[in-house]
Amino acid sequence: MQDIERLIEAMAEALRRLFTERGIANPALVGVHTGGVWIAERLRTLLEISDPLGSLDISFYRDDFSRIGMQPQVRPSELPFDVDGRHIVLVDDVLYTGRTVRAALDEIFDYGRPDSVLLATLVDRGGRELPIEPNVVGTRLILSPGENVKLTGPDPLRLVVKTS
Amino acid sequence: MSAATIQLDNKGRLLHFLTVEGLNREHLIEILDTAESLRGVAERRVKKLPTLHGKTVVNMFFEASTRTRTTFELAAKRLSADVLNLSISTSSTVKGETLLDTLRNIEAMQCDMFVVRHSQSGAAEFIARHVKPHIAVLNAGDGRHAHPTQAMLDIFTIRRHKPDFPHLRVAIVGDILHSRVARSQIHALNILGTGEVRVVAPKTLLPAHVEALGIRVFHDLRQGLKDVDVIIMLRLQRERMQGALLPSAQEYFQCYGLTEERLTLAHPAAIVMHPGPINRGVEIDSQVADGPRSVILEQVTNGIAVRMAIMSITLGAHAQAARESA
Repeated sequence: MQDIERLIEAMAEALRRLFTERGIANPALVGVHTGGVWIAERLRTLLEISDPLGSLDISFYRDDFSRIGMQPQVRPSELPFDVDGRHIVLVDDVLYTGRTVRAALDEIFDYGRPDSVLLATLVDRGGRELPIEPNVVGTRLILSPGENVKLTGPDPLRLVVKTS
Repeated sequence: MSAATIQLDNKGRLLHFLTVEGLNREHLIEILDTAESLRGVAERRVKKLPTLHGKTVVNMFFEASTRTRTTFELAAKRLSADVLNLSISTSSTVKGETLLDTLRNIEAMQCDMFVVRHSQSGAAEFIARHVKPHIAVLNAGDGRHAHPTQAMLDIFTIRRHKPDFPHLRVAIVGDILHSRVARSQIHALNILGTGEVRVVAPKTLLPAHVEALGIRVFHDLRQGLKDVDVIIMLRLQRERMQGALLPSAQEYFQCYGLTEERLTLAHPAAIVMHPGPINRGVEIDSQVADGPRSVILEQVTNGIAVRMAIMSITLGAHAQAARESA
């Protein structure tokens, strides 16, 4: 499998270029539990961002609660900065249907009104069910619907493909 | 089958929350951890989550209550559910409608959760047995039997201050005999392996065979408070008292009231709790109730997150069960 740390370095580069292009001086990073937080932590170091990292557990915002109920082991969401007027980079490990990102966007807006939200994801595996596209992608994988890719970590980070 | 068994499905999921009795450590930890992640919601700009959007929660209160009903209502609303508040003692039952009739009528309004408070022990369990399978029933206090959500919010409050249950000494002081709260607390503390659970009360306010619950019994407040980490004061339930169990409220305060001076017998970092409403000058002195060791108002705040957790867990369990049987 690919060197994850390399992919994250490339993502940091791409984000830096985007910040310059858009004139974003003070971005804030928000990782989606759990894999997204691991990646966001590394991006925060690489991009030398001083603000603390935000983290979201989107369990209470899922669109399938009335089908599958609560996820086990929910963690608190934390956005330890003022969301109003901020440029936010939402970070997740794997982008698939887009439903997690939809839920994360909803949750961010319950904290305040950001100026913009960028989406950075380590893996884009296609298969979107919602009109959501990433701004920065580490790698694209072509997987069949029966296959699943999961990020394990936090140290070392590894992508594991499993057939369900 | 008892309340303890009908609240769980065959996979051990919590479909109703009727009693703490019979639950395992994992059930309690799941409730506490979920509540922990819900606590921050109140500090956001939008104090609301979409989780129970489109669900209807009915507060069926056959017995008066302000705080419990209000926190259940807020919990449901913060999860985006619709809430219907029924004070049933004043409406249909006086017209001769039976509990089952009342139940069928509310059921016909297509609701998803019943929160039940009743002066009769076993009322919530009765409703859980007769309700349609998609409805979750939460016990908000039944007679002298149980008040499990109150016990869970108390445990949650203790855990936030003193998470190491195996090394804790907890004293529950006061009217144990009439207290459904005490009963639920004792079960919860035992399940979490609390180091020592004490009850402190006059003989007349203790149920028979109380030692069978695995607790230490004290009749002297000073001895009972010695070195404890948590003091839970119970309300002297005068409205429940029939016959002369006690000489007078003043005399009770003389013997069992928590004062600053008596508080010095406990561990210096001990916290003081009370499920409310407090009788100032009867079981607790105002100085203590409003003092730095009191976490009484924190209990009220925590009650919302804990009830949100229990609502999402039970309705989530219903969703899972329904999907599997589909």
